[in-house]
Amino acid sequence: MLKILKYSFYDLIRSRWTYSYGGFYLLFTLSLLWLSNDLSKVVISLMNVVLLLCPLIATMFGVMYYYNSREFTELLLAQPVRRTSIFLGQYLGVAGSLSASWIIGVGVPFALYGVFGSEQAGNFAMLLFVGVVLSFVFSAMAFFIALKNENRIKGFGLAILAWLFFAVIYDGLLLLSLSMLTEYPLEKFSLIASVMNPIDLSRILILLKLDVSALMGFTGAVFRKFLGTGLGMGVAFAVLLLWVVGPVMGIRRVAVKKDF
Amino acid sequence: MFRWIFISTLLLAGQAVFPANTLRVCKSCPANSIREAIRLASPCDTIFVESGTYKEGNILIDKELTLIGRGQPVLDGEGKTEIVTIASNHVHFEGFVIKNVGTSYSQDRAGIRVKEATEFYVKGNRVENAFFGIYLQKSKNGIIEGNEVVGEAKDEVSSGNAIHLWYCDNVLIINNKTIGHRDGIYLEFVNFSTVQGNYSERNVRYGLHFMFSNDDIYRGNTFHDNGAGVAVMYSKRIGMFSNHFEENWGPAAYGLLLKEIHDGQIEGNTFQENTVGIFAETSNRIVYTKNQFIQNGWALKISGGCQQNNLTANNFIGNSFDLAVHSAGTDNKFDGNFWSDYAGYDLDKNGIGDVPHRPMKLFSYVVSKTPESLVLLRSLFVDILNFSEKVSPIFTPENVVDNQPLLAEST
Repeated sequence: MLKILKYSFYDLIRSRWTYSYGGFYLLFTLSLLWLSNDLSKVVISLMNVVLLLCPLIATMFGVMYYYNSREFTELLLAQPVRRTSIFLGQYLGVAGSLSASWIIGVGVPFALYGVFGSEQAGNFAMLLFVGVVLSFVFSAMAFFIALKNENRIKGFGLAILAWLFFAVIYDGLLLLSLSMLTEYPLEKFSLIASVMNPIDLSRILILLKLDVSALMGFTGAVFRKFLGTGLGMGVAFAVLLLWVVGPVMGIRRVAVKKDF
Repeated sequence: MFRWIFISTLLLAGQAVFPANTLRVCKSCPANSIREAIRLASPCDTIFVESGTYKEGNILIDKELTLIGRGQPVLDGEGKTEIVTIASNHVHFEGFVIKNVGTSYSQDRAGIRVKEATEFYVKGNRVENAFFGIYLQKSKNGIIEGNEVVGEAKDEVSSGNAIHLWYCDNVLIINNKTIGHRDGIYLEFVNFSTVQGNYSERNVRYGLHFMFSNDDIYRGNTFHDNGAGVAVMYSKRIGMFSNHFEENWGPAAYGLLLKEIHDGQIEGNTFQENTVGIFAETSNRIVYTKNQFIQNGWALKISGGCQQNNLTANNFIGNSFDLAVHSAGTDNKFDGNFWSDYAGYDLDKNGIGDVPHRPMKLFSYVVSKTPESLVLLRSLFVDILNFSEKVSPIFTPENVVDNQPLLAEST
């Protein structure tokens, strides 16, 4: 598996896509920092970007990579290599290279502006972490969807739909149910509902770090009380981990049974 | 201002006309306690208290005296009693350090109490670890200047106010520092008074608190990191000018809380990084002009029942929500402000945007209906929602609109 991981990782790291993806973050962060010179503000702006772009790009990239490397995959399948290690290796390669682009693209400008040692270091670490987790979650989901669907168009469509669901539709449904159930105490419900969605959970983790939670009044206090404790943080990380592990298990299951 | 000059002149003139003696209080002086000196003194005398620590329990000033501390003499109440009680007119009390007034749940003990007196002048004292710092009751025509009242209040129940006025008229409270009490400055039934240039920090409840007080002015004060900056309640004709409200941040924190305020004027204040800049409840005919709202959670929250308020020439810069107005049928005006998220244009270059601005976003409206939906703050869905509402407004109140939004910050 490690060999395949290494191969896909190096293959991807040399590709134009990865460069432009990393380069985009690099330029974007640099220009933001250059324009505002205020680390905390840039962290907030980047938060919006990471929540939107990381999942989207990871989804697209995951599907694309799977379909494009299909011939190579078939070649590998003919070799005495375990199936799970082929697909997991490829998946980890994609997720790893995306994360590397993200970390380097955002990390280098921040490091230049001296984020380490400043009081924003914790928030920045959270931002990086969230970006990495979202890349892993959504590329796993994309891989899973691509594996399930031979038809490229269908696979692409479904992957985009999955992204759209988590990024937009889920929040819409949540808002709808919240406004329909106003008579009930909804703090617990909203807490659980937003912990279930990796994008929402990431957003709230960052918001709490940035102390915007005071805005949220009572709900914010409930969130802070829950996520401020070791248990709450544990649950949050466990859920994020679950969102990586779940699709990966799916990949495994499908990969073992699939006819090529 | 001239009123104060007049009063101080009167005070000075009084001392010049009557032949006055001076007395000294120190360990080796004939009068070695302040109480003894007050007993010996005749009206209009001046008592100089040399540095040292005086543990005399309660000191009652019942003559028209001037008491001046030299080298910051310390009056220590040892946590048992109220310390200085001024119960005469024309008292000047300056330069003392007053320490350790015990908390009491049956009496309002104070570091310095002014009791039914007029023409008093309390200046440059430092009150530490007091229950109530400076307490004025039924007094008028006085000045409280340059005092520092520092406490370590933990909660509202077991702490008193730093400067507390009850049934007073025509008092000037100027350049004091109030830190770590329940309220920094508390005014109840206080009319025609001025609160100016004070600094309030880390008070558990409010930096400045008006109750049932009319025709007062507060100007140029700074309120930093209090439970809430200023609460103005059940008062009429209060002028609020050039104050700073900063970092009053927390789930129930406000920069300025208005409750049942009529005919007030709020001008030239700066609200920066508060959870809620101004929260107004049933407050009518208030003019908000030339205020700066910078990076607050909500710049301005106006609940139902606020009528005929006028907002103009304010700057709203980088707030999470600029405005939340609860009921739709109000006749408040929002014309001629600068909104940093205004996206219109100005073809005739007159500095006024050609497209009206709706400062209340759809999400702000949704949140006012279902507060829990704030969990969606800064999510993509909410951005889309706000955008679509901006393009074709359906939900947000129609009359919450700035018809003449400024393109540049008003100065």
